[in-house]
Amino acid sequence: MNQQTGTDRVKRGMAEMQKGGVIMDVINAEQAKIAEEAGAVAVMALERVPSDIRAAGGVARMADPTIVEEVVNAVSIPVMAKCRIGHIVEARVLESMGVDYIDESEVLTPVDEEYHLDKRKYTVPFVCGARNLGEALRRVGEGAAMLRTKGEPGTGNVVEAVRHQRLIQSQIRKISSMSEDELMTEAKNLQAPFELLLQIKELGRLPVVNFAAGGIATPADAALMMELGSDGVFVGSGIFKSDNPEKFAKAIVEATTHYQDYELIANISKNLGIAMPGIEISSLKPTERMQERGW
Amino acid sequence: MVKVGVLGLQGAIREHVKALETKEAEIVVVKRVEQLEDLDGLVLPGGESTTMRRLIDQYGFLEPLKAFAAEKPIFGTCAGLILLSERVEGLEGSHIGVMNVTAKRNAFGRQRESFEAPLPVEGLDEDFIGVFIRAPYIEEVGENVEVLATFNEKIVAARDGRFLACAFHPELTDDDRMHQMFIDMVLEFKKEGLATE
Repeated sequence: MNQQTGTDRVKRGMAEMQKGGVIMDVINAEQAKIAEEAGAVAVMALERVPSDIRAAGGVARMADPTIVEEVVNAVSIPVMAKCRIGHIVEARVLESMGVDYIDESEVLTPVDEEYHLDKRKYTVPFVCGARNLGEALRRVGEGAAMLRTKGEPGTGNVVEAVRHQRLIQSQIRKISSMSEDELMTEAKNLQAPFELLLQIKELGRLPVVNFAAGGIATPADAALMMELGSDGVFVGSGIFKSDNPEKFAKAIVEATTHYQDYELIANISKNLGIAMPGIEISSLKPTERMQERGW
Repeated sequence: MVKVGVLGLQGAIREHVKALETKEAEIVVVKRVEQLEDLDGLVLPGGESTTMRRLIDQYGFLEPLKAFAAEKPIFGTCAGLILLSERVEGLEGSHIGVMNVTAKRNAFGRQRESFEAPLPVEGLDEDFIGVFIRAPYIEEVGENVEVLATFNEKIVAARDGRFLACAFHPELTDDDRMHQMFIDMVLEFKKEGLATE
């Protein structure tokens, strides 16, 4: 029969099924099972969580395929993995292993400072980070099927994710209220594909799912990102760097589902133990800011 | 006019609401058990079935959903199909478990094997584009279950009395004929209910 894989609809649709959910960073099968049990919609298989990557310094690369394989075999929910920005071969390797989604991620050290991947060429869908609408739409133009804010990964400080989501939402609102003959100039200003601006004007939203990521450390942080218009959240170091990962994971899932139920968030936030330690953004040197990677 | 809910815990909720909105129906996104009370029908959206089940348990939805299913029509897509099935391969027991079918999860493979294809569907004049995402299929159907569509000999849509289920995602297309089929079922069921009262 006439069967097509890797279409936009199939790739973007996969992200649609994740909406309202939490995607958790894990480094082994045991953590993956905890995440699945807590209600995560997917896991991101990594060698190290972002805060450890930050602490270790040096060059951060794609995870050892053994870890990815171990996680793929441990859970029935989808498994994502990260490749370096522009690393065609890491992306193809992850695709060949049956990873369900690839994050072309600034958390790892970029291998190409000029070009991101041509993500249209892959059967596997990609998620990419963005700080503003122009960056978001350039990634969609390259074939990203899902977006996330960059935030500042591994800091436990949600301020940058808030900044990025606020900006993207306000830029979307602006386009929705513009007349069509103003859109080409706006496309030029944003350095974004014109056709995607037309789509945003028609839909009143991005043409792909947009999650929050980078610095989410507590249930209230997750709920805040949902309140600001995120379709779901990625939690990196926040869960397995906290005192009680099982409890934290469950609480973040619940807060994401019921982000406007403040009594419930109060209840689930009680006695959670200590969240991951946070880093004040201004204390980072410019070279330590992962969000500046990629364009 | 009927009142139809979309279970709003996780997944493609907005897309189902959009497909149903064009119908003669009032739509409610169901996040709490008490919202089930005055509905005439319910849609279980696509999403992650494992996650949805955890959330169903956490919010005490399982028994209320079973009680709802004992009286009213339900339409499940993808993860929704798994929730409705009486038997799920590799799972002890079932979730809501009201449709006399055996479902197999992620039966077409992982995301890279996900696909779309035109399908003939019983009761529809022209092919329906089935969007299959890490989709399940139905391995076996029990007595009185009507098979509505197959793909490569695998059952991908079926009806068992007041329950309708498909392995693909009609909510990801602009084609609302599957949703119309369900609304017609809800209307028919409501009329019968009123007639027997």
